[in-house]
Amino acid sequence: MKHATAEQTSFMLPSPQPVEFIDQDGRRQREVATRDYELPGVEKLLRGYQKLVAGRRINDQASALVRQGRMAVYPSSHGQEACQVAAVECLSEQDWLFPTYRDSVAVMARGVDPVAVMELLRGSWHSGYDPYEHKVATQSTPLATQLLHAVGVAHAAKLRGEDTVVVALCGDGATSEGDFHEALNFAAVFHLPVVFLIQNNEYAISVPLRQQSVAPSLAHKAIGYGMPGERVDGNDYAAVLAVMQHAVDRARNGGGPFLVEAHTYRMMAHTNADDATRYRSEEEVRAWDARDPLLRLRAYLRSMGVLHDDDEAAFAASAESIAAALRTGLNAEVEVDPADLFRFVFAEPTPQLMEQAAMLAEELSRPAGDAASASSAGSASGGQP
Amino acid sequence: MTEVLTQTPTVTFAKALNAAMADAMRADDSVLVFGEDVGKLGGVFRVTDSLAATFGDDRCFDTPLAESGIAGMAVGMAMNGMRPVLEMQFDAFAYPAFEQVVSHIAKMGNRTKGAIRLPLVIRIPYAGGIGGVEHHCDSSEAYYAHTPGLIVLAPASVQDAYLMLRGAIDSPDPVVFLEPKKLYFAKERVDVDELRVRYESNRDAGIGRAAIVRPGTDVTLLAYGPSVSVALAAAETAAGEGRSLEVIDLRSLVPFDDATVTAAVRRTGRVVVIAEAPGFASVASEIVARVQERCFASLAAPVRRVTGFDIPYPAPKLEKHYLPGVDRILDVVDELNWEDA
Repeated sequence: MKHATAEQTSFMLPSPQPVEFIDQDGRRQREVATRDYELPGVEKLLRGYQKLVAGRRINDQASALVRQGRMAVYPSSHGQEACQVAAVECLSEQDWLFPTYRDSVAVMARGVDPVAVMELLRGSWHSGYDPYEHKVATQSTPLATQLLHAVGVAHAAKLRGEDTVVVALCGDGATSEGDFHEALNFAAVFHLPVVFLIQNNEYAISVPLRQQSVAPSLAHKAIGYGMPGERVDGNDYAAVLAVMQHAVDRARNGGGPFLVEAHTYRMMAHTNADDATRYRSEEEVRAWDARDPLLRLRAYLRSMGVLHDDDEAAFAASAESIAAALRTGLNAEVEVDPADLFRFVFAEPTPQLMEQAAMLAEELSRPAGDAASASSAGSASGGQP
Repeated sequence: MTEVLTQTPTVTFAKALNAAMADAMRADDSVLVFGEDVGKLGGVFRVTDSLAATFGDDRCFDTPLAESGIAGMAVGMAMNGMRPVLEMQFDAFAYPAFEQVVSHIAKMGNRTKGAIRLPLVIRIPYAGGIGGVEHHCDSSEAYYAHTPGLIVLAPASVQDAYLMLRGAIDSPDPVVFLEPKKLYFAKERVDVDELRVRYESNRDAGIGRAAIVRPGTDVTLLAYGPSVSVALAAAETAAGEGRSLEVIDLRSLVPFDDATVTAAVRRTGRVVVIAEAPGFASVASEIVARVQERCFASLAAPVRRVTGFDIPYPAPKLEKHYLPGVDRILDVVDELNWEDA
């Protein structure tokens, strides 16, 4: 192994402070160095702001639908919308996104039908959309496992000479998993076009980041793999988009993988089933109100004179129409077909599954009064040939 | 010498697997082979010998030493049009990949309602009888067979090594392909060219079908992978003692060939299941349950098992006491209620 000098490797280290373009009062800040990143133009920021407004509305609508019993669970990204939208806005059509369960807003921002996204969380199937349609993988629940799938998609694309970049999302807790390490190492060794975006929202359910890692920052982990790492204010949409766009463009041009740590905050509990008051104070949460990604971008765009009242009304109306579609879709009783239990396990069903499917179909064909006794007597081992 | 030349050449189990991968790579350029030491070295058992040289480093390559990474990357490659064939170096070293296998490889097709199929093969050198040190001799088939969504194959002959690996690579579903280590260098007279022509014309790898490898009328021995040769030896000895033992090579654990097994047991009425893995909660247990559920009225004796003990795989100097052997099988055969016959 050749030994690199400090100058040769310093580009892999993150900025001394998280990259920030717009401060929490909505002003263009000049204190923090922004390297060569480019402040996105106002058109891009306006487009992003509209998606942030929609993302916030989706988060709050989905949380309400859980309270109303229309969904089983919703891990909200309220407060993380800048990361959700920037992760998608940096992509081209041929690129792939690998999301987690907390990234429903990102999945929808990529174009997936909102009601279909919620199939996982309303409990009608484990995933509700065709991943190939918008090049969005299924939302991964086992932490960090999807990062390796992202690496594989990029590897196949590279072998075939395709112009594909993959953005893979994870949280701060996932950086403790072995698959995080393996994915970054594989991406670096095979020099693949993958951008890893860690949304550091400070908590893995109840466990704060200081109990996950004592690295100087999560972005510092990159140099250990031989790839650049950058940290960015995750509530500054302009900064997240600028850094992500840089990383994606660099990957597309053959520069290899890149790690981005976006520092943000999970404003809600882990899910509706969690009680965040057991592990963090209300004061701590309220301190983040002032750093809200929507307020910040709105203040900036208003001060620039490019966001007008009628724009805001139009953005709110368009967000409301998505929320209405969610309400309509999720208030309707979803059709589930018991035969689907067996239909997709294998491309070519086994004789054993055909037997079991026949057993269930026979149970279901009996008159309603017999169903309860039949199901308690039924053996899971299947019928006899 | 002249006599040998006129006969079909001998081929090892390992060479047949190698030929199957080479032929699959030739037939379909989306077939890739990767894992630890599979490139220049050709694998620690030489099963991937010369594939990198023949097909290039893009088609057969070494990965960093990380089994979860190998399996997880294969998921993405299969999602994106490839047919990965992964090598896990040894049975027990496949465990770091377990989460990827169980949570994603086995479930992706179901999760996506068939939108994503993962046509990948996980090759695992498995089982013992080779004097291997700890972590090199596990029979791990139950973990995989218990996981819905995986095809699980365990060939026991050179011919099946070739045909079933070709079939596994062409399968639209993920396959765990268990290669009995003690057979790698076993030779048989097999014409691989003829197998290739046959497979490429009918695509029949026998997946899901057991094979009757020795006919018999008194007892059915059910075995797979490394236990088939032991069952055959037991049947040979028993024949000398006047007892006719049928041997069935199960070959395919998932899907399981209930039809062949059931028909055989109904003929003989006596059955012994032989497997190297510890018996508790094992594939052998499942087979016993299936046989008694389906054939109870035909049974002349309890369905018996000869398996490994419920202990960690022993050190080399002790493994002969652990492995199912001919004597232990014949002892059990002797106990099958012959006095009632």
